[in-house]
Amino acid sequence: MIPSIRPPRPFMWGYRACVLGFFAFLIAPLIAAGLFAFNDSLFASMPWKGFTLAWFTGDADPKIGLLHDRRLLKGLAVSFLVATLVSIVSLVVGLTNSFLFERHRFPFKGLCYMLMIVPLVIPGVILGISILVLASGIANHVESRFGYDPDFLRPGLPLVILGQASFIITITSLVISARLRKFDRSLEEAAFNLGASRTRVFLTITLPYLRPALIGSGLVAFLVSFENFNTTLFLVGSDAPLTVTMYDRMLKVGSTPVLNAVSLLLMVGSGLLALVSVFVQLERKAPRAGSRAPISRGAG
Amino acid sequence: MNQRSIRRLTLFMLLAPFLLWIALLIVLPHAGIFTLSLREKVAPLVYTVGPGNYLDFFREPIYWNTLLRTASFSVLVTALTFLVGFPIAYYIAKIAGRRARGALFLGCLIPLWVSDLVRAYGWMILLRETGVVSSFLQWTGIVSVPVELLYNDATVVVGLVYTVVLFMIVPLVSTLDGMDNSLIEAGYNLGGNGLTVMRRIVIPYAMPGIVAGSIVVFMLTAGSYLTPILLGGKNSMWFTEQIYEQFITRFNWESGAAFGILLLLFTSLTVWLGLRLSGQSLASTVARNEA
Amino acid sequence: MAAIHDLECRGVRKRFGAFVAVDGVSFGIPSGSFFSILGPSGCGKTTLLRMIAGFEEPSEGDILIKGRSVLSLAPNRRNVKLVFQHLALFPMMNVAENIAYGLRCKGVARGEIARRTADVLERVGLPHAGSKDIGQLSGGQKQRIAIARCMVLDPDVLLLDEPLGALDLKLREQMKIELKMLQSQFGTTFVYITHDQSEALVMSDRVAVMNHGRFEQVGAPRELYHDPVTAFVAGFVGDSNRWPGRVLDRDPAGVRVETDSGLTLAACEAGGVLRRGDAVEVFVRPESISVTGAQATDATDATDGSGEHNRQAGRIEGTLFNGANSRILVRTSTGEQVEADLPQRGPDIGFENGAPVVLAWERTGSKCFARAGEDPAG
Repeated sequence: MIPSIRPPRPFMWGYRACVLGFFAFLIAPLIAAGLFAFNDSLFASMPWKGFTLAWFTGDADPKIGLLHDRRLLKGLAVSFLVATLVSIVSLVVGLTNSFLFERHRFPFKGLCYMLMIVPLVIPGVILGISILVLASGIANHVESRFGYDPDFLRPGLPLVILGQASFIITITSLVISARLRKFDRSLEEAAFNLGASRTRVFLTITLPYLRPALIGSGLVAFLVSFENFNTTLFLVGSDAPLTVTMYDRMLKVGSTPVLNAVSLLLMVGSGLLALVSVFVQLERKAPRAGSRAPISRGAG
Repeated sequence: MNQRSIRRLTLFMLLAPFLLWIALLIVLPHAGIFTLSLREKVAPLVYTVGPGNYLDFFREPIYWNTLLRTASFSVLVTALTFLVGFPIAYYIAKIAGRRARGALFLGCLIPLWVSDLVRAYGWMILLRETGVVSSFLQWTGIVSVPVELLYNDATVVVGLVYTVVLFMIVPLVSTLDGMDNSLIEAGYNLGGNGLTVMRRIVIPYAMPGIVAGSIVVFMLTAGSYLTPILLGGKNSMWFTEQIYEQFITRFNWESGAAFGILLLLFTSLTVWLGLRLSGQSLASTVARNEA
Repeated sequence: MAAIHDLECRGVRKRFGAFVAVDGVSFGIPSGSFFSILGPSGCGKTTLLRMIAGFEEPSEGDILIKGRSVLSLAPNRRNVKLVFQHLALFPMMNVAENIAYGLRCKGVARGEIARRTADVLERVGLPHAGSKDIGQLSGGQKQRIAIARCMVLDPDVLLLDEPLGALDLKLREQMKIELKMLQSQFGTTFVYITHDQSEALVMSDRVAVMNHGRFEQVGAPRELYHDPVTAFVAGFVGDSNRWPGRVLDRDPAGVRVETDSGLTLAACEAGGVLRRGDAVEVFVRPESISVTGAQATDATDATDGSGEHNRQAGRIEGTLFNGANSRILVRTSTGEQVEADLPQRGPDIGFENGAPVVLAWERTGSKCFARAGEDPAG
């Protein structure tokens, strides 16, 4: 069953129909969630009562749109802040990890490599409670011992950031390592041979080479952090990120289609990020493909 | 400073963030919940060490039933995901034309990037009593009163398969994409039929991808929280819910920690077993797939 | 010698654990010459090159550039530039940026960089390539840019690590000539590493043949070809018929050797004095054997070992056609297989398979060396 070996026609038509059905299944809930953002009704449900933008721009009760919903906006801001910080931390540690594992030999390297992968197969809920338990334990100890309550170890944004970074670092490390592994060391040696210092070699040769992996894994880190729920749920304090705010609303009876408006926004945002990352991946396969075409056309 | 001491210094500077991360965010926290799970409350603020929290788990049927239920559902969901995902991945990697392939793969990637929460919410809108499907059924006359399609096991399973299926498809597509078509042609050329070629050549070749996908899917399912609760209701009996209940609602951290350890043990054991049976390693599957 | 060499190695040795990669190599290269190091893969030539460039530290010995030891200099401080095996052109920069890289590191002024970049591009014959991406260049152009990138820095010595290896055959032939031209144009000392003897012989002023971490022989290409001093050089440089055998006896002109299959030959001692009974190897180049039809001469199986010539009767087994370099394969009556050049002129004897022929060559055409691993004195 490859282009050169074709099974009977009816089978192929059935197969195609199944694939089509699958994609319909894939997209249906997304369309439903997005579409009802425009329903002029107090509930995200049938029947369709006409088109409105009130769930984005409305400012009068009961139709308070996304732009005037203080709690959702706050959640969005918190999520942005957390995702940005998590991406930065994960990129920095991911970069050092990839150099550690690709360029150095040290005792227990195999064990360390296993430990680096393991966070990916720990359920997020468990990462959340374990970090909560450790941080609270230390905070309680410090408080009873020194009479000072270390606020940053209580549920709140610092713990959310640490909790998310605990497994997102694995993702960035693996992506950057994979790119670094393919790096031709002789490029560094050549730069060295041409008189560059260590720092200069790193900044002008190695880092530009890793750029697609850094951008790609940075985007993934941002998105995974933005959408994280399981780990965040246990570590969240008074400032709730968007996912937690939305979840609380969803459980409430009578939530309005403003949730659909947020959903649509998130879909558009993550879709755009996905496209960017796909294009970065393409660039990684064919470096400077974009600039090649016009020049060769000019020359030919 | 000579070259060797520069190298040693670099090594230490690179080891520091790694060790801080692994020790402070992975190893110590898990050691922490393990010790906590062994702590028994005898009186207010008086504790002893013992397996009481674990014994409670086995004494109370609702607890271990929940774990068993979560476990069996997770295995079921993983199997279903493979059955749904493999033909789709095969179509994308081997049958679709060059241009269609990219479009289909992108069509898989973009929903993958959308939050679980939004996707579960979409299902709620489709399936609830006042939802799209119910209205449609009434309109066609198949049913006369609104039907509630949420809050049952079938919906939870479908919802979970929906949430995780792309984590099966994406690694399978990349594995199958790397497979040379001439292997399949050779299989036919040597007299195999569609089924034997699939069973003897394609599936063994795709094994690392299958194992990687299965591990990720299984982990995500067993550890999922949003989908069972939003689609199955507050009483969907999912084990992560029990952990939440113990930690946040009852503030019984000791037993919550014990539950966490049990979930971790269960998932690690299953992953280990899966790797063993398929002859793969974590590094050859999950790590490669992620990169 | 009082003259200062551009590059000199004194007893350079490199160990990796118990393995000795470079075993006490000494040589000096006079200014402005093209020097090649020729050897099979794993002979230590790349390690030697990397020590000169500074990427490895020698375990013993000294490396001098323009008479000054460079061992204490980091690789980015040595004025020795290296053209890498796969060229290592920076893919994230265009041609001009690649060439300017070293100048930028030196802190040369902008205008000066532009001027020197344009100048060196002109000299390698690619004056308008500056704005091109590396991916747009052909294999030969990449070679020239890699050389230009080094030459713009006016190195004392340019090292080249088998840069032609990745090219296809046609282009490689062309690049050999081009490299030689570039070297004489720049006048810089080139040290060229290769396992391909034709590259070394065609381009170099002098060639060192390296094996197992040692230099077997250093000399002009002509010397290596015609007067190899070791069996390894005789076997590695150019094609030869190669037969193991034993010394039957000696005479003032050389030795008589009986090969293991029973062929008796007159040979000269090329690698030192041999004694009766020594195990030896005899090398005879295909072009030193003349082939004549059996009918034209006395067809007796005359193995006149004591005379001027070796004569050997046999039958043609096959022809290896390759234009002017065509050869025939002859099986002698003793069972030895001999490769000989196909005569290009002269009486047209039917060189068909099975045709009887007579092979003849001078004593000086068979070079005799003590067999490797066996002491000629023993």
